[in-house]
Amino acid sequence: MTAKKEPIWIARDLSKCSGCRKCEIACSLHHENRIWPEASRVRVFMLVPGADFPHLCAQCDDYPCVEACPFKALSVSKKTSAVLVNDAKCTGCGKCIEACPGRIPHMHPVDKKIVICDLCNGSPQCVKVCQEGGWNVLKTVTRREHPYGLYARKPEEQTRSLATKLYGEKAEEFI
Amino acid sequence: MIPGYAGKFLEIDLSDGTFKDVTFDDELLKEYVGGRGLAAKILCDRLIDKWEELDPLGPENVLLFLPGPLTGFFPGGRICVSGKSPQSNGVVGSTVGGEFGVELRCAGYDGVIVTGQAEKPVYVFIKDSDVEIRDASRMWGKDGKETNTLLNKECRRLLSERYPRYGEWKEPAKLYIGPAGENKVRTAVVMAKWTHAAGYGGYGAVMGSKKLKAIAVKGTGPLPEVADLPRVRRMINAVNRNAYDNVLWRRWGTGGGGYSFGAKTSSEPIRNWQEEWHDEKGYGVDQFENRVWVKQAWSDFGCPTNCLKIAFVKSGKFKGAITDNPDYELQAYLGPNLGLFTPEENVFMSSLIDDLGLCGIQTGNVLGFAAELFQRGILSKDDLDGIELKWGDAEAFASLAKKIALREGVGDLLAEGTYRAALKIGKMKGKDVLKYAVQSKGIGIGAHGIRSGEDPYSTAIGYACSVQCGDHTSKTDLPIDGSGSEVWEVFNDSAVLCNFNGFGLLRNFKFDFYNAITGLSLTREDWAKGGGLKTLQIQRALLLLGGPDLKWNPKVDDDNPSRFYEPLPSGPYKGKAADRTSVRESVQEYYEEAGWDENGVPKSETLKKLGLGDIDKTLRKLRKKS
Repeated sequence: MTAKKEPIWIARDLSKCSGCRKCEIACSLHHENRIWPEASRVRVFMLVPGADFPHLCAQCDDYPCVEACPFKALSVSKKTSAVLVNDAKCTGCGKCIEACPGRIPHMHPVDKKIVICDLCNGSPQCVKVCQEGGWNVLKTVTRREHPYGLYARKPEEQTRSLATKLYGEKAEEFI
Repeated sequence: MIPGYAGKFLEIDLSDGTFKDVTFDDELLKEYVGGRGLAAKILCDRLIDKWEELDPLGPENVLLFLPGPLTGFFPGGRICVSGKSPQSNGVVGSTVGGEFGVELRCAGYDGVIVTGQAEKPVYVFIKDSDVEIRDASRMWGKDGKETNTLLNKECRRLLSERYPRYGEWKEPAKLYIGPAGENKVRTAVVMAKWTHAAGYGGYGAVMGSKKLKAIAVKGTGPLPEVADLPRVRRMINAVNRNAYDNVLWRRWGTGGGGYSFGAKTSSEPIRNWQEEWHDEKGYGVDQFENRVWVKQAWSDFGCPTNCLKIAFVKSGKFKGAITDNPDYELQAYLGPNLGLFTPEENVFMSSLIDDLGLCGIQTGNVLGFAAELFQRGILSKDDLDGIELKWGDAEAFASLAKKIALREGVGDLLAEGTYRAALKIGKMKGKDVLKYAVQSKGIGIGAHGIRSGEDPYSTAIGYACSVQCGDHTSKTDLPIDGSGSEVWEVFNDSAVLCNFNGFGLLRNFKFDFYNAITGLSLTREDWAKGGGLKTLQIQRALLLLGGPDLKWNPKVDDDNPSRFYEPLPSGPYKGKAADRTSVRESVQEYYEEAGWDENGVPKSETLKKLGLGDIDKTLRKLRKKS
């Protein structure tokens, strides 16, 4: 897949997620050169079996995380629209996590800096593996005027939606 | 340290609540790899001297949770659970899918060794090198799905409290037991993710005997460093591409089996194996797909195949039942084997079995056995606590399954598993009922019959000579270094990898994968003559030592269940049966190839040649007896 020249977004169809975590594997190999699920910028949650889903930055229109950083460690890439973390400035204070409606950013387990999806500079590796396998949960699209921030949901909230879609009222027993 | 290993194991003594890191020599790891091979070696080294007296459900048993160097790298995560088996009294390497092995390796451990017995219910929570033994009384008595929910909530709360700036914590990976394990039911499983189970062996009962409700692990590190990462990455891609080409395997998983192994190959258990053929089109994979599968692709770590599907019954009598596919084994054993032929009944039974923490295969086997005794008037309604155990009555089977899990009334008897229950009922009734017990050395036969000769996953001596007995994932065949040999199953379970992602790969592929990770140069031939064969010898030795409640006599017990010698009564292969004489001859030939004497006991020279001289000493008494 060649990198797009304009800002992109990763469209996501969460209920199709198989929970295979190939996105975590691809992401951590790309960024860390290791298979390292907890250092992956996309993390698959499975709070309820079957309701597995990838949790990754939604690049909200208003970027509340960038606003919230007291150290100006976060910025928005003009090229891709991704949130970029400046490790030299990040103190791991966690303000961006609190500001994110989906509490999506998390701490790198060793570096103690925040990690956020950087869209792999326009060629997201998670999308590539998801497409290769035909799951099509993740797909790269050109960024337009949509309320992308809706996809920044907390894991519990997202789980409730997906588990309800699968199991109906029965889902409440597991949340 | 060998690349691909985390470098240490965690040993927990539940009797005094202590734990420590332990290591094994590189040479030992090179030989036995991990998982099943290493389990056999550890159990032998620690327990062989007292094996015959050792109660698998007592505090002295050692319970092992061992991934292998391929776990997390070879697509599709699995872990091997082992110990002295309360079913065979030998050692079974029982693998279960899920993320536990991956999380454990990311926490820096190559395995967990559990000894002793807790005073009250506990669970173990591992976060990297922080280990805690925590109270589990709130979870004791809870079913599988509830236990999973409670563990997720408690562990995530603890992590958030302790690491408030980390962000959201993903759920830890968990292995747990349901009520059946707590009640030391011999057909109880170690469970993961609601529907996954290490079934064969009965290690859920061992966890229960130790009052260990669960182990949860969150590892935040990377998988261990490998010798040649670019090569490992290429090999992962090769596994993926191979799987992606297999369109219907990905679409159906083993869910097509419930119809095909009946209609096509006549090798499916039907009404306790009285028949092996059916042509119930309502039990076709399309019916499962279109009526109950609410998610078509569900996977474990890194898996390209997604043989799992989420099944959910949305309406009718069995509304609310949730399980995966069911896979073929459960389709068969909790379907036609009980005279049930609809997806909804099958999902209902599987969901219940998951919740109770029972093995679908072993429990389906004992339920079918009981129903045949009822059919023949050997067990009456009174004997069954008022349950009219008629073929095709899902609710009657469900009532009995609950009694088994709780060891209530007649359930206490059937909780001993088919073989032990048969001995007791035989005595009670003054009749030989062993002929209706479709098992081998304490382990119910997997759902692949041998009579038609058409099933690609069974062989005439596969169950009789396997060191894991009725386990269909560990069958064997002649020649002992040939493609049907158990040594390759030992590699799968030691490496530890998911065989389902290995279909269609070149024969050397898994060994090349192992070499890319470890930097070693193990060949198929090395394994068949070395680690693979040594593991078989150890497992055979411990199986024959057996005890304390039962011992096997190879002359009688290295055999198929007698049902397999009765001619098939129906279907295109009507009249076909296994041949007793030729099976006996092949068994003897297998003994010879394996280096066992005419009574099936590993020979002194065989053991010495393999460097297993210390076992030889212990086996002398068996040779004298025979």
